[in-house]
Amino acid sequence: MKLIIAIIQPHKLEEVKEELYKQEVNLITVSEVLGHGRQKGVTEVYRGHKETGNLLRKVRLEIAVNDNFVEPTVKAIIKGAKTGETGDGKIFILELKECVRIRTEERGSAAIG
Amino acid sequence: MINSGDTAWVLMSSALVLLMTPALAFFYGGMVRRKNILSILMQCFVIMCALSLHWVLIGYSLSFGPAKGFWGGFQWLGLNGVGLEPYADYAATIPHQAFMIFQAMFAIITPALIIGAFAERMKFSAFLVFTLLWATFVYSPLCHWVWGIGGWLRNFGALDFAGGTVVHINAGIAALVTALILGKRSNLGKNIPSPHNMPFVVLGTGLLWFGWFGFNAGSALAANGLAVNAFVVTNTAAAAAGLSWAFIEWIRNGKPTVFGTCSGAVAGLVAITPAAGFVSVVPAILIGLLVSVFCFIAVTIIKPKLGYDDSLDAFGVHCVGGIWGALATGLFASKAVNAAGADGLFFGNPKQFLVQLFAVGVTIIYTALATFVIYKLVDLFIGIRVGEKEEVIGLDLTQHRERAYTVLE
Repeated sequence: MKLIIAIIQPHKLEEVKEELYKQEVNLITVSEVLGHGRQKGVTEVYRGHKETGNLLRKVRLEIAVNDNFVEPTVKAIIKGAKTGETGDGKIFILELKECVRIRTEERGSAAIG
Repeated sequence: MINSGDTAWVLMSSALVLLMTPALAFFYGGMVRRKNILSILMQCFVIMCALSLHWVLIGYSLSFGPAKGFWGGFQWLGLNGVGLEPYADYAATIPHQAFMIFQAMFAIITPALIIGAFAERMKFSAFLVFTLLWATFVYSPLCHWVWGIGGWLRNFGALDFAGGTVVHINAGIAALVTALILGKRSNLGKNIPSPHNMPFVVLGTGLLWFGWFGFNAGSALAANGLAVNAFVVTNTAAAAAGLSWAFIEWIRNGKPTVFGTCSGAVAGLVAITPAAGFVSVVPAILIGLLVSVFCFIAVTIIKPKLGYDDSLDAFGVHCVGGIWGALATGLFASKAVNAAGADGLFFGNPKQFLVQLFAVGVTIIYTALATFVIYKLVDLFIGIRVGEKEEVIGLDLTQHRERAYTVLE
């Protein structure tokens, strides 16, 4: 089992979701985050007071998958989120120790899908 | 002779109409994505500033200066000769400047209505230049033709009580033209983005409704029975149209929506605008009930079929509603309501309907052509649209270096 965390551009969320559905990855958690990588942040000015390097809005996806779903999921995210410009985001793949479905108390691979 | 009651009402109405522009800002601002709300508020607000100056310097003279021709005369530039005594040809019982400042508020809100069509993708500098040129070469001439002394549509007998042609059809057609040549917002995908703040839409609608009493009842230019008639039919038409839109959705989609009810109310206010001083209550109900049908068809069926991106439906609500209102004036106008008006088709005068149709046609053709030319000129010299990357980040940060909402403190 793996936990896939992806940071993407907010306006690419719809396309990423669509690509994931095509791969039958339906269980995702989405949150809004702030950040920047190589794409420098933005400068904001309030009544002449300058704030440089401010963070840009990003969207963070968390997807828990069984091992055979890792590659299709990663490919789907890339397909939906890639523009080729800086700021497209990153995908992190982590080992997932355990997963429990609260409703049935199932554990492990059975609990993910 | 200056009448203190009339003067008080017109000044109060001017303030009410001014409030409609920030109201529109929230109505529109709630509909856009949150990365763009400040750009909408800013565009509306800067119009209040820029057109207030434009109006006293040249706009009022071009619009209302007594002359026959393309524009009004130039004799009132900088309000030269526009004083505190009445100018009887426009309003005999209030100071000339009271009439001038009341009209200023119409000149402000009209270009603000167009913002709905190019929302979320227009460069701020280009917007400012476009707006000033549009006010000078579209609003002022049309305003003169319909309302000015010597205006040829006025002399032709076209009825427009508070701005169906001058304000709503005019802005609505300009909106369609800009939406068509500007093209769609990028990265729209299959889903039109959801409004980011529906309570703002409701707030804006409520304030628009409130301000519209000044718009329509103030257009009587006196605190009299005609003002009361306009006030009553305005409220009635808005109410009928709001309910009408809600029921259309209920029947067609299973649930009535807040957005739909608000859109209906605004459409009702638009439609009753040209008719407010000429029709009575029962026609007002019909005007309201039917305008929602027409606007609903325009924004939910025709717009997706034709594929233009009139982001916030400035055309679908203001132009379609305005055309219906102008034509309905030709159907339902009655001299029993306003002896200075005319009878409409249902009161034995079918000619009035044709006059109204002609005025609508002239407005559509002139505004479409002039807006197209102004757009192309501004695009040539400044470039109308923001870059793709700026559009993705949002206009608030790229055009104004501010954001509306913080995520972290």
